[in-house]
Amino acid sequence: MRNITAQATAAATRLAGSDVAVEVRGISKLYSEVEALRAIDLDFPRGKLTTLLGPSGCGKTTLLKIIAGLIPATAGEIRVNGQVVTGPGPERAFVFQDFALMPWATVMRNVAFGLELKGMGRDERQAIAAKYIAEVGLTGFESKYPHELSGGMRQRVGLARAFAVNADVLLLDEPFSAVDEQNRRKFQEDLLSLVEKEKKTFIFVTHSIEEAVYCSDRIVILSRRPGRISQIIEPEIDRSASPDAIRRDQSYLDTVEEIWQGLKRYVD
Amino acid sequence: MSLPLHVKGSPRALPSTEASFLWRKLSEHRTALWRTASIGLFFLVWEIAGRVPISFAFPTFLETLRAFLTMLFNGAFVAAYAQTLQPLVIGIAISAVVGVGVGIVMGLSRFAEWLVAPVFIVLQAAPMAALIPLITFVYGIGLMAKTLAVIMLALPVIALNGYKAVRNANPSLVAMCVSFQGTRWQRITKIIIPDASPVIFAGLRLGLAAGFIGVILAELLITPTGIGDLITYHRSVADYPEMYAAVVSIILVSTLTLAALEAFELRVLRPEKRRT
Repeated sequence: MRNITAQATAAATRLAGSDVAVEVRGISKLYSEVEALRAIDLDFPRGKLTTLLGPSGCGKTTLLKIIAGLIPATAGEIRVNGQVVTGPGPERAFVFQDFALMPWATVMRNVAFGLELKGMGRDERQAIAAKYIAEVGLTGFESKYPHELSGGMRQRVGLARAFAVNADVLLLDEPFSAVDEQNRRKFQEDLLSLVEKEKKTFIFVTHSIEEAVYCSDRIVILSRRPGRISQIIEPEIDRSASPDAIRRDQSYLDTVEEIWQGLKRYVD
Repeated sequence: MSLPLHVKGSPRALPSTEASFLWRKLSEHRTALWRTASIGLFFLVWEIAGRVPISFAFPTFLETLRAFLTMLFNGAFVAAYAQTLQPLVIGIAISAVVGVGVGIVMGLSRFAEWLVAPVFIVLQAAPMAALIPLITFVYGIGLMAKTLAVIMLALPVIALNGYKAVRNANPSLVAMCVSFQGTRWQRITKIIIPDASPVIFAGLRLGLAAGFIGVILAELLITPTGIGDLITYHRSVADYPEMYAAVVSIILVSTLTLAALEAFELRVLRPEKRRT
């Protein structure tokens, strides 16, 4: 585990030399009177999974949606692959907390929906969708409707839909919060193997410390409103071990504890 | 409803297979069974009330049934509905197209909402029977006036339902469409309208029910034609079974039409609801 303390954060938020997928520069967000985010500077390394962690109301989802281009920032700019972006773009794909699946469409159509919007032909997009349906482990469910699936399976559909558009950056907004605990563990394990396989940049919002430590290459801890970066932690956990071994690993447990000690003061 | 499960080794004795088969058949159709029983009970009470009798103008169920069958086979109903359905079908068709269209536009645009919504809210609140004499002053007593009566009753509820449905379209699905770079047109046609369609259809069903009220009001208040004429005529000559048969027929027609519309919606528009 590497803890980059608050004092050194300013230097660490900008990754010198290394490959950066998403740059956040001076992002602030005001909701009428409420200051949600204040002057956030942050780099997201390419091909890694970075987690935004923080107490509820710290603006982590707001920051993610600003990166996605779903809500405008009050000040500052977002650069993806060096280009300034103002709205949603094909290089980013979003996975929603409440899945956001169309209840009237089958799994196949839901997964292929991003491609359908781009105007891709039916056969072509279904071939791509079928590949990602298989990758998230939903083969055989192509013609089911969302209400016939469990919460975990619905989020797998959401994930497959984001993969299908072949974006460089995947933005996941508390993807497991509506999934029950056992499914969540299995899903986290599957997500890690997908991160390994897909070589994409993942930005992940969660309020679960264990989930953050288990899944992330890098954890950015935001302070309470107005949201600012309070700590950056790199768990440096050996992921070649089995998932169960990781969960019993001493450095995993220490990291969870350390983050909890840091966050405790924000809890009422 | 399913049978209580017989756990293996349960001390309760199983009923003979034949009886359990019959019971299973019955419980499969339990809802239908209760509905039939409810209607049967209603007819029984009607028959008793008619025989008491509570009023000389209140025929028994069997007398009404006889009159109903007679009118069904001598062509009285066919001729009456040929007339009644004209303003109804035209009026509902216009209300559906205009109502759904205006409702969707109001839901999508604040400007259209401010401009048009108050008109429909006032129209929906207004007692329409009071306005029907006004229609006759302007449009006379023909098909036009009756169609207008149907539209005045059906249009507001269809338009307001469409407007509410579109305005309350699932914001998360809309955000999803935006995040995958859907155009505004794709957002409306692929997300907002499909998401709104159950409520739009509920509005159409309410509009159709209101349209039936409108056409009967028009036939009773403007000039007696069609089914309104059957009711008025048989009342004036004291053929009460025939009058009741006419009333029952319009209730039947409107119920069956609404049920058909609902079945159509389930079959065609909501494929995910069929498989439950």
